[in-house]
Amino acid sequence: MGDDLFEIGGERLGSRLFTGTGKYGDDAVIPDVCAASGSEVITVALRRVDFQAATGNVMEHIPKTMRLLPNTSGARTADEAVRIARLAKAMGCGNWIKIEVIADNNHLLPDGYATVRATGILAAEGFVVLPYVNADLYVARDLVSAGAAAVMPLGAPIGTNRGLQTKEMIRILIEEIDLPIIVDAGLGRPSHACEAMEMGADGVLVNTAIATAADPVSMARAFGEAVRAGRRGFLAGHGAQRLKADASSPLTGFLEGDGS
Amino acid sequence: MSFAEVMGAYTGMITSKALQERQRQDVIRALSKDRLGPEDLLALLSPAAGAMLEDLARRAAEITLRHFGRAVQLFTPLYVSDFCANRCVYCGFNADRNGPRRQLSLEEVRVEAERIAATGLRQVLVLTGDARPKAPPEFLEQVLAVLREFFPSLLLEVYALTQGEYARMIDAGAEGLVIYQETYDPEQYDRMHPSGPKRDYAFRLDAPERACHAGMRWVGLSALYGLGDWRTDAFCAALHARWLQDHFPGAEISLSLPRMRPHAAGWQPEQPVSDRDLTQILLAQRLFLPRAAITLSTRESPRLRENLLPLGVTRLSAGVSTSVGGHGADQSGTPQFEVADDRSVSEIAAMLREKGYQPVFKDWQPLDQVTP
Repeated sequence: MGDDLFEIGGERLGSRLFTGTGKYGDDAVIPDVCAASGSEVITVALRRVDFQAATGNVMEHIPKTMRLLPNTSGARTADEAVRIARLAKAMGCGNWIKIEVIADNNHLLPDGYATVRATGILAAEGFVVLPYVNADLYVARDLVSAGAAAVMPLGAPIGTNRGLQTKEMIRILIEEIDLPIIVDAGLGRPSHACEAMEMGADGVLVNTAIATAADPVSMARAFGEAVRAGRRGFLAGHGAQRLKADASSPLTGFLEGDGS
Repeated sequence: MSFAEVMGAYTGMITSKALQERQRQDVIRALSKDRLGPEDLLALLSPAAGAMLEDLARRAAEITLRHFGRAVQLFTPLYVSDFCANRCVYCGFNADRNGPRRQLSLEEVRVEAERIAATGLRQVLVLTGDARPKAPPEFLEQVLAVLREFFPSLLLEVYALTQGEYARMIDAGAEGLVIYQETYDPEQYDRMHPSGPKRDYAFRLDAPERACHAGMRWVGLSALYGLGDWRTDAFCAALHARWLQDHFPGAEISLSLPRMRPHAAGWQPEQPVSDRDLTQILLAQRLFLPRAAITLSTRESPRLRENLLPLGVTRLSAGVSTSVGGHGADQSGTPQFEVADDRSVSEIAAMLREKGYQPVFKDWQPLDQVTP
């Protein structure tokens, strides 16, 4: 586990848990959440950042050691996502960008077509693009072609805490896509994150479940531990699953060693 | 099909008899669902649900926390004109009212904007009376142009516009609008609006739809509770919001909970809405529309605002004056209604923090202003 680093955009990361900055009662808790979770990457919605405000800004609470992952939350089109990404870069947020294009406020499901388009434009400009999408193999392949640095499929719709509802589709992405797969959205419990990691996901992003917990710092620690446990289980190699019980005293054992 | 046509289909459904017939079991069934239908909404607004508010509240609080976390958007209204051509019987801007009227000059708008911006607020709701000749769309565009220098998010609460005019407002920097149908009961609407352009019920009812067609990002609507039967109005407002959500999924549709307040004209609600009634409206609408932003204004007392906060409210007005020039440019305007929560922005923000909520001042920025 000590050398189990993974790489995105040429950067090696020690933690496979990405955290967020939304929905907290007080942004001042963010440093403690980051420390407890062990996370090294944190996403922030550019639409919430007020670069003109001297104080009361979420950015002042993000530890300098964290890799900033600005997101395009609020964008309804590829064009809006591209503009937000460029704004983030111009404002000094670096060249990582999480693409979110959502034109359906009822379910907050991402628009795969627009996401692919925005990814292509921004990757060509040198951004490290992490697109948030449905767990769809065709969209994922197009994202690879468009230059994405990772693919971030949803486990369940944003904020639902329902866990890995798209599990079988994510399993296919893990098998087929030669980019880091980071499960984003819908993970409500540490066990959900653990399960994603056991499946072979490269990482998970968790915001709502931590931010809305009664004790966000403690929940952040729990997610950090779950992600490490799931990853360790995946690396250890699972025992083979069988359809029937494997009796330790087989009924046909008497045949073994029978020389007659 | 417009929402007006859809409403016709529910005419028989929203009688008091239909509401009275809803039983405890209907409410329990509604509480167990993820996506509620109109029948469920009716159950949640019924007297039967009124006896189960704690059950509704627990579910609404859980849904609100999950979808919105502990973030509460703050904004303030900015009244730029109180001239009005209508004789709405319940409004302090009623054209029959004698006394001075005020309309801000653009320089006065700037003064008001400076004062508001100094409080930290980043979203402003621009209001006028309904007097198109005095405050035509061109005037609104000029006001928006001034305010854009100070605020990333601008909303309008003005007379009903055409689709083309809404498009112009978007170009001028408006992110969204708020428009209340006042009452969804056409007959009561006629009685409440004896004369003036606002008398056109259908044109007002279709206004949110026209705004969405024009591409408005954010559309808020509601009834003014106390004008008509509150259960019927709450039902229609929520149904209206759901219809807009379904037909314009890219727009953010939100609700408000305005209740009749004392005002210069002195009219008193014919069908008063108690605190308990207002709570039931909030809970029913939150459960029916889990992702809709819900606004509670300073029409309500500090105590009620604070207690309703965890039950579904996601937006609060703060540092409010309901008179033209009320932020410092001039105090001569007549208030549209009396404010019940006159706390400053910093006091509201402090209250939120003390209760474990985060005051959110900025939540969007029109991207045509971005020049990276």
